[in-house]
Amino acid sequence: MYDFTYHKAASLDDAAKLLASAVDAKPIAGGQSLLPMMKFRLASPSDLVDLGTIAGLDRIEAEGGTLTLGAMCRHGAVCTSEVVQKTLPALAHLAGLIGDPAVRHRGTLGGSLANNDPTADYPAAAVSLGATIVTSKREIAAEDFFTGLFETALEPDEIVVAARFPVPEKAAYEKFRNPASRYAMVGVFVAKFPDVVRVAVTGAGASGVFRVPSFEEALSKDFSADALKGLSISTDGLAGDIHASAEYRAHLVGVMARRAVAAANG
Amino acid sequence: MPAVSMTVNGTPVTADIDPRTLLVQFLREHLRLTGTHVGCDTSQCGACVVHVNGEAVKSCAMLAVQADGAEVLTIEGVAQGDTLHPMQEAFRDNHGLQCGFCTPGMIMTALDMVRRLGPVLDDHTIREELEGNLCRCTGYHNIVKSIAAGARAMAADDTPRRAAAE
Ligand SMILES: Cc1cc2nc3c(=O)[nH]c(=O)nc-3n(C[C@H](O)[C@H](O)[C@H](O)COP(=O)(O)OP(=O)(O)OC[C@H]3O[C@@H](n4cnc5c(N)ncnc54)[C@H](O)[C@@H]3O)c2cc1C
Ligand code: FES
Ligand code: FES
Repeated sequence: MYDFTYHKAASLDDAAKLLASAVDAKPIAGGQSLLPMMKFRLASPSDLVDLGTIAGLDRIEAEGGTLTLGAMCRHGAVCTSEVVQKTLPALAHLAGLIGDPAVRHRGTLGGSLANNDPTADYPAAAVSLGATIVTSKREIAAEDFFTGLFETALEPDEIVVAARFPVPEKAAYEKFRNPASRYAMVGVFVAKFPDVVRVAVTGAGASGVFRVPSFEEALSKDFSADALKGLSISTDGLAGDIHASAEYRAHLVGVMARRAVAAANG
Repeated sequence: MPAVSMTVNGTPVTADIDPRTLLVQFLREHLRLTGTHVGCDTSQCGACVVHVNGEAVKSCAMLAVQADGAEVLTIEGVAQGDTLHPMQEAFRDNHGLQCGFCTPGMIMTALDMVRRLGPVLDDHTIREELEGNLCRCTGYHNIVKSIAAGARAMAADDTPRRAAAE
């Protein structure tokens, strides 16, 4: 790992100032993606601004049909939170599928969203639920937030503060793990709202999370696993690698979507 | 160089360190607590698991400066003098190790499991919870057996121990 200057941020403002003042500063949250990348020298920030020392960024609140999670909510806390389990159990379930217990003790929601790993779990939930990402500068709709492989709409000195998840009528997440990394080979999050159904897929896309309009249309008419029978997605834009071909991933999208709908109907 | 202070196995320590020092390097190279191992570069093997403020973390995926002010428990702090912790004893009794490289991480993970889930652990739960711990020798079977037995023994044991190990 290359050397860097370490800063403990006292507040959000302080963190934003520190980020803006250095050449190539990056925030560090749980460090579960950033530190391994720095060890491999895939990232070499000049400065690290630690968000872990800022108070109040780990709030969990449910109010008026919206679940708000602070950026520093650890995966383990989301998974075991009674509030999340009660208002959006599919999200608690998703958080419990991330990595392993030690990773879940450190890794955060904000870090996962900002990293936008194409095989990460949270981006699927954010897009399917139509979440709003609240930053230190503005509010960004999830679909505009994720812009490509490890790319987001965030500016270099912009910090994710929270994410607001509208509470759906029904939702579920089904993940087919990559047997080596345990990240998603294919993960499908399905959410049904009174006026819309959204299906978001992670793991399969060559440039990250995407929606499946044909599945959404069928499910809007009939929210049942049977409604997806015979539907499939094209391999265009899907990832194909030593772990799984694009064809296999396309097949898994259908299987995971049907399982997710069945689970949502419980 | 930034100064860090933390309590390691009940003893306060302070040092000036390079900010890129990982917690595992701090423990092994500065404090010479070499029971915590490094088995990979990818944060996947779990040989480096220690407790920070009572929770299991991978000390290769945390900077020492991030543990400033924290309570850290390593495998060296688990036994009481010459008396092994019931979880350590269970690994010995059940042949839960062969080369022993993964064992410190397995035991720290097992203690965290008992803290969160209680002393009655079925095999399936233990295997799921061991997601982040790799063993190249045992085939896991005896590790699972050891953890189940160790957890039961902890429930029966009333020796006072360091908070983080309970
Ligand atoms: C062994 C292992 C297994 C894993 N398995 C999975 C898995 O199955 N599924 C999955 O989804 N993830 C998995 N992860 C990744 C894990 O979820 C990370 O916690 C997460 O991707 C990043 O969160 P973090 O808090 O650790 O962020 P960090 O590593 O601290 O930061 C990641 C990036 O986000 C930026 N950042 C962090 N916080 C903010 C913020 N608030 N605002 C703006 N930018 C910010 C950082 O600058 C950095 O670029 C795994 C990690 C490991 C080590
Ligand atoms: S050395 Fe930390 S997980 Fe392998
Ligand atoms: S006993 Fe050798 S790696 Fe587990």
